[in-house]
Amino acid sequence: MRNKTLDTIKKGTSFTIIQLPSGTVKVQLIRLGLSEGDTILCLERLPGGTVILQKHRQEIAVGYELAKLIIVQTTQ
Amino acid sequence: MSDKIEHNEHHPHFENPLDHTADGTKKIVLAGNPNVGKSLFFNYLSGTYVDVSNFPGTTVSITKGYYKNFEVYDTPGVYGVSSFNDEEKVARDIILEADLILNVVNSLHLERDLFLTMQLIDMGKKLAVILNFNDELKKRNIKIDTDELSKLLGVPVFETSAVKKIGFEHLDNAVDQACVGIQPDGLHHLLHEKLNRIGSQAEALLVAEGDEIIAAKHEVECGSGDDREFIYVQRRNRVNEVVSSVEREDSSKGVFFNTLGKYSLVPVTGIPILIFILSVLYVFIGDFVSQRVVTFTEKTMGKKYFEYYLKTYVAEFTPSTITVTLTNQPDSLKRTKEFTFKENLNEDQKVKADYMHVSREEDADVNFKFTNPFMKLLFGEFGVVSMTITYLLFLLLPLVAAFYFSMALLEDSGYLPRLATMLDRTMNKIGLNGRAVIPIMLGFGCVTMATITTRLLGSEREKTIATAILQYVIPCSAQLAVIAVLLSGAGIVPLFIYVAVIFSTLVAISTFLNKFLPGQSTPLLIDLPMMRIPRLDNAFKKTFFRTYGFMKEASVWFFVGALSVGILDVTELLHLFQDILAPVTTHWLKLPKEAATAFVMGVVRRDFGAAGLFHLALNPMQITVALITITLFVPCIAAFIIMIKERGIKEGLIIWFSAWLLAFLIGGVVAQIVI
Repeated sequence: MRNKTLDTIKKGTSFTIIQLPSGTVKVQLIRLGLSEGDTILCLERLPGGTVILQKHRQEIAVGYELAKLIIVQTTQ
Repeated sequence: MSDKIEHNEHHPHFENPLDHTADGTKKIVLAGNPNVGKSLFFNYLSGTYVDVSNFPGTTVSITKGYYKNFEVYDTPGVYGVSSFNDEEKVARDIILEADLILNVVNSLHLERDLFLTMQLIDMGKKLAVILNFNDELKKRNIKIDTDELSKLLGVPVFETSAVKKIGFEHLDNAVDQACVGIQPDGLHHLLHEKLNRIGSQAEALLVAEGDEIIAAKHEVECGSGDDREFIYVQRRNRVNEVVSSVEREDSSKGVFFNTLGKYSLVPVTGIPILIFILSVLYVFIGDFVSQRVVTFTEKTMGKKYFEYYLKTYVAEFTPSTITVTLTNQPDSLKRTKEFTFKENLNEDQKVKADYMHVSREEDADVNFKFTNPFMKLLFGEFGVVSMTITYLLFLLLPLVAAFYFSMALLEDSGYLPRLATMLDRTMNKIGLNGRAVIPIMLGFGCVTMATITTRLLGSEREKTIATAILQYVIPCSAQLAVIAVLLSGAGIVPLFIYVAVIFSTLVAISTFLNKFLPGQSTPLLIDLPMMRIPRLDNAFKKTFFRTYGFMKEASVWFFVGALSVGILDVTELLHLFQDILAPVTTHWLKLPKEAATAFVMGVVRRDFGAAGLFHLALNPMQITVALITITLFVPCIAAFIIMIKERGIKEGLIIWFSAWLLAFLIGGVVAQIVI
């Protein structure tokens, strides 16, 4: 399976996080509950590329520039 | 073991308002993620008597109350203990001082919330976990094995539902039974060396996690970014393990019913929702508060009572000329009466009686001129005492409170993060992320208040861009009201030109800054809480704290500003200013010479600038040019000083002087085209 970046994931697709960008933002992602190996649903994509993720009952919005740095793999 | 260390810790050089509390009184701290209902538990524990104070150097307020022999502290909601922003720093410092922590956890978001719980356990703090929103769990067929959770964490866990007031009775037990939790095997080995030097496990952990402030305090080297990542990943894995062994979800999939939340995110429905909310805000703030309420508070309470009695009292001791105009008469009968007191009000009892009689007429407009320059400075037209107090208490206070109240309602409802998300891409184009929508919106209320709020933005670059936008193009509510009146008299074309010019300037400035400012803006990363009906009591509480915090921080600068302009006025420098500006006004902006006065007054208070245009006979195009110039012109003196404080003297002065340039440049270009 090919690795993609989060910004290319379509609405309604489940995917696994392969790699997060390092640094402060990684720490913030981990705190919110997004870490490498997690399976997440892309709940919504807004025009321009902002991505809304759902993990269990939690919804998290990720800006386009950040989404481009998150490497994922679709799980189908 | 760690318990003993906690008691021995002492921070003599740590500026912290918690330090001045009585020795020996133990501190309970409520900690948790944002929107978990901490404040409801705080209110239950502490009853009605609470102290609110601003944390030094921040706008974050701390609430302190008392419960039995304990002091109880509420903290800002945070996802973890660290120092990414002001609120986190405040929460961190309070948590470090805690004797025991009640950790409020949202049962629906165990995975997110237990990260903080684990961190508190790793800090070696005595802890009890309060599982809130228990009623929501039942609705959704989710089961949490609290016994197992308690066993795995090593701390007591209590089920509650704060909104329904269920489980409050457990709080007593929670305080009694709070204990140090189970820490991972490797932790002590990891912290061993630092612990020896720092003495507190909590602080040693934060240092290992790369907290530079705590490291500097103990003069030790702080952990690297890799160290922090390692600890965080380990902790995240522990949290996930715990959650998977205690939580059972019966419904097949975690489909979450949050329709309104979804609608407010997607532009097709989100923009109509935004327009609806803005309309409601306009009716409430723009019409009700800034027109009706402020007219009453400023004109009646401020001018008619406060200033009238204050200045009449001053006139008892000092020479003055008082002009009384009865405004409510037909023009032919319009009466103006001038009273001159060479010594003071009491030199001639007959004249005094006449003055008292006339000035108390319902429609009397009373104007005081004091001959003594010192009295003029304090109590004259722009008197430091008289004008500033009227401005602060009777104009600014109702407006700022109304704005903070609206924001608190929106915040509590869960709408603001969604608005930030919807507008994120648009804001990206001007070098900001969606979060910047909050300071920009507040700017339409008071630019000073909004400039303080730019603190919540993620990087210096974003703070600069947002501050520049606020200071250049956003008209504050006081100014907006005058602009609206003038424009509505001028017709549709001027309105169109005005909006188009201001909007293009906004786009041009922010695009320019985004392109040329070094560095990178932070991308949006925001947790979207559940949408819910906002709780009024919570909104009132937030409004009170924030308004209080703002008034406390900004008031002194309004006085300083008024004092400097007062000195300019008394020393005639203000007139000199006007004369210097006059050629620019008449030739370049094609406005009457007197319009210069309006610009100079705009330095004091933005609405003075615009209001000064009322008396001039301007044609619609001149009004357009004058309003464009006034809007782009420098903000009021308080906003200027707060900007200097927030952004530093160099950046502040650059923004301020370029506002002069920009206002006259763009105003002039428009004038050359349309007039």
